[in-house]
Amino acid sequence: MLKELDPVTVPADITPADAANEVQEYLARQNSKDLLRFITCGSVDDGKSTLIGRLLYDCKCLFEDQLASLETDSGRFGTTGAGQLDLALLVDGLAAEREQGITIDVAYRFFTTERRKFIVADTPGHEQYTRNMVTGASTADAAVLLVDARKGVLTQTRRHSTIVSLLGVRHVVLAINKMDAVGWDRETFERIAADYRVFAARIGITDVTCIPVSALTGDNVTKPSDAMAWYGGPTLLGHLESVDARAEQKLGSFRMAVQWVNRPNQDFRGFSGTVVGGAVRVGDDVAILPGGRTSRVARLVTMDGDLETAEPGQAITLVLADEVDASRGDMIVAAAGRPEVADQFAAHVVWMDEQPLLPGRSYLLRAGTATVGAQVTELKHSINVNTQEHAAAKHLDLNDVGFCNLALDRPIPFDAYADSRETGSFILIDRLTNATAGCGMIRFPLRRASNIHRHASKVDKAARAGGLQKPCVLWFTGLSGSGKSSVADRLEQELHRLGRRTMILDGDNVRHGLNRDLGFTDEDRVENIRRVAEVSKLMVEAGLIVLVSFISPFREERRMARTLVEDGEFLEIFMDTPLEVCEARDPKGLYKKARAGQLPHFTGIDSAYEPPEAPEITLKGGERTADEMVVQMIEELRRRGVI
Amino acid sequence: MLLDPLLDPRPAAKDRPEAAPGFEDSLPAILTTPARLTHLQRLEAESIHIMREVAAQFHKPVMLYSVGKDSSVLLHLAMKAFYPSKPPFPLLHVDTTWKFREMIEFRDRTAQELGIDLMVHINQEGVRQGIGPFTHGSAVHTDVMKTQSLKQALNAHGFDAAFGGARRDEEKSRAKERIFSFRTSSHRWEPKNQRPELWSLYNGRINKGESIRVFPLSNWTELDIWQYIHQESIPVVPLYFAKPRPVVERDGTLIMVDDDRMPLKPGETPEMAWVRFRTLGCYPLTGAVRSTAATLPEIIREMLLSTSSERQGRVIDQDAAASMEAKKQEGYF
Repeated sequence: MLKELDPVTVPADITPADAANEVQEYLARQNSKDLLRFITCGSVDDGKSTLIGRLLYDCKCLFEDQLASLETDSGRFGTTGAGQLDLALLVDGLAAEREQGITIDVAYRFFTTERRKFIVADTPGHEQYTRNMVTGASTADAAVLLVDARKGVLTQTRRHSTIVSLLGVRHVVLAINKMDAVGWDRETFERIAADYRVFAARIGITDVTCIPVSALTGDNVTKPSDAMAWYGGPTLLGHLESVDARAEQKLGSFRMAVQWVNRPNQDFRGFSGTVVGGAVRVGDDVAILPGGRTSRVARLVTMDGDLETAEPGQAITLVLADEVDASRGDMIVAAAGRPEVADQFAAHVVWMDEQPLLPGRSYLLRAGTATVGAQVTELKHSINVNTQEHAAAKHLDLNDVGFCNLALDRPIPFDAYADSRETGSFILIDRLTNATAGCGMIRFPLRRASNIHRHASKVDKAARAGGLQKPCVLWFTGLSGSGKSSVADRLEQELHRLGRRTMILDGDNVRHGLNRDLGFTDEDRVENIRRVAEVSKLMVEAGLIVLVSFISPFREERRMARTLVEDGEFLEIFMDTPLEVCEARDPKGLYKKARAGQLPHFTGIDSAYEPPEAPEITLKGGERTADEMVVQMIEELRRRGVI
Repeated sequence: MLLDPLLDPRPAAKDRPEAAPGFEDSLPAILTTPARLTHLQRLEAESIHIMREVAAQFHKPVMLYSVGKDSSVLLHLAMKAFYPSKPPFPLLHVDTTWKFREMIEFRDRTAQELGIDLMVHINQEGVRQGIGPFTHGSAVHTDVMKTQSLKQALNAHGFDAAFGGARRDEEKSRAKERIFSFRTSSHRWEPKNQRPELWSLYNGRINKGESIRVFPLSNWTELDIWQYIHQESIPVVPLYFAKPRPVVERDGTLIMVDDDRMPLKPGETPEMAWVRFRTLGCYPLTGAVRSTAATLPEIIREMLLSTSSERQGRVIDQDAAASMEAKKQEGYF
């Protein structure tokens, strides 16, 4: 279908060989550049997005088509007035952000200067998006905090500084923006800078640089300002080009979390991971933690060939000299410079989930490549990120920061966050939603656990049960008035008649004694169940059939109770009685009170009940009599070999 | 061979010095602090770390392979990440049936040479309905043959993680996306409710039916990609290199006449012009640029002098404001 055309002449402006040389030189220069990752933060209208837009614009990192669409967008959404480019629109990427003129989530931008490559994380200033700021700060080497020269250091500035300090960002730049709006006044700048330095020192930020800028006009952003000739320091870009970008290796000792075991065939067994902390060499002695076995590094394998030495940051596959077993979650470390290994530690936690953090509730904790069950055992205090004041707290809400003790299912290796971001950090994951619910920075291990050794008893629970029964927990859950206590009561009588050894734990009774100090808030309900679960575990050890009759509204706590005893020793019994039936019965008059608003946090009325997803036994409390249900229970217990 | 050997001054890998020429001078004689990795080494290591996390955390990952330069880099990194093993996941190409012919040849050759399992999915329903960019427009074509087709393939095989080659420097809504990007069971992206992503701790936990899109090249720029292709001698589709090709100019975009399915409008005559492509997709939706850059160094040089961004060559981004965000929410990569 094509007709033959005349040969086209090629307008070559350079020979291929020259192009190759030119590019080769260029690439060599590029290769010598390092990378600085920084965040920008500020509150609404401080001009943060404008500042980044300005950096991209002045560094010629924008293309013509981007500029063209910027012009269109400035007309549609711009806030800088007719005919003016609104540089902030370069950065705000989500439709909602452009409409509302605010930053909701972190945006990553890239630019390069003659000296360095930069990745900028533009982070939101709003308090409700603090978790997104934390995301950006976790990987940043430096932070640029913006303040409006007309307003000075505000609550938001203090909040951002606290988070930056908590996340261990080493270099802080206070960019005092909108200097054009205060007549380029030197005294204003110096007053704000002095204010800030006092505050920064108090929260442990030592490296602070204050720079007067105008993102709108570009003064002192990339070019020195004529209007502020009184300022003798570097421009913002000049400063960012010169700060030390090398991750400060306080740690200095090799660590590598095993990500993946590489076994292409019977003859090769390698452990893949990323080197952190310090270099590793062939022949180095290493330990595999938490187990503690030792070996030597035989090979450091990459597709480009084996290495003699691997530096922090490199992704390698390590082969050990001995046939030692290691798997994902283990950490291979320098034998002579080992991390802590413990199952309890103290840490700062930033909470990022709509559901509050409740002490005693079990979460998944991911540190390095290890995933373990974890709970906050003690919430020492929360930190008000605006005022830095410590306050007593019973739970942490979205965007709260707290200092707490955590206990894990099993020991893991770690370092203090101050020594190593990679091996001192963790995230907490909600077991049901799988959301990343919180993050933490480890301060120090707690020795308590390692000094308490379990006493192994010669007489075990089977012996204590004396062949009468298989000890277990019968966990009755259901709404108030569903019939849990009546059925449990009659079942115990029947078991007793059959000569079995039992014990009954009833919600109301326990609350008069052991749990007298607890109320009905969510955090107290969690603690209530935790104590009861521990007590039932002891009674299973004593060889008993334990009947627990508690509303226990949350799946998570019932799951926790289940994990305390061995497989098959926990039978969840769901009293599936409809709310209307329970409310009509109302044996204690509680529903009436709750409906009248006199009984807050009442399950089924203004506090949630999460029905079991896979109970061992379901009893239809609305359809069957208590005696029928006892018969059903006895059959079930026989079938399961309990009696 | 894509590169004239005379034009590739790069020594073979084993002969290469540790640092590039001109770099040694700036290093102290004795390294007292850990040597700095170059930015490409850092990017490479980060991508490998991400890929290994996916292999370890998911039951059934897949690598979306679009045959473009970013896919070439992604595949090369996967080969490195699991060496000496092969990547523990297959490649999946969502074929719209409108890809350049040279892309398909390159795709099949690459999979064969590397010994990688390649799956090709075509939306047969769309084929039966005769969906195409010329008859139905770019929006319908992309939705049916790309977005819906991708979802069909992911559902049919039950993949719980899918790698993509997208980079944050490409487009504004991509700049906001996490590296592990959560998708609901209907493959939707919820831009206002993304999981926080801290340090290098990637949370890949999902419930049944949900999935994660993974972007190991998030922090790479277009220049990094070309630089890495050059450094590592990674093969790419010849369409990236300039040569005379038959094109017509339509609405300011140069469209290559790749086969006889392209209806010519009155007055349109294909002309042979020196062009190349900065980005590859369906040929009717991918604009060529006039260029004489026929080698990698020339392409990199041209990029450095370029004043327009690569997505300009993509017709689909210009359909509506914030169109990428909307497409991504629907399940587009």
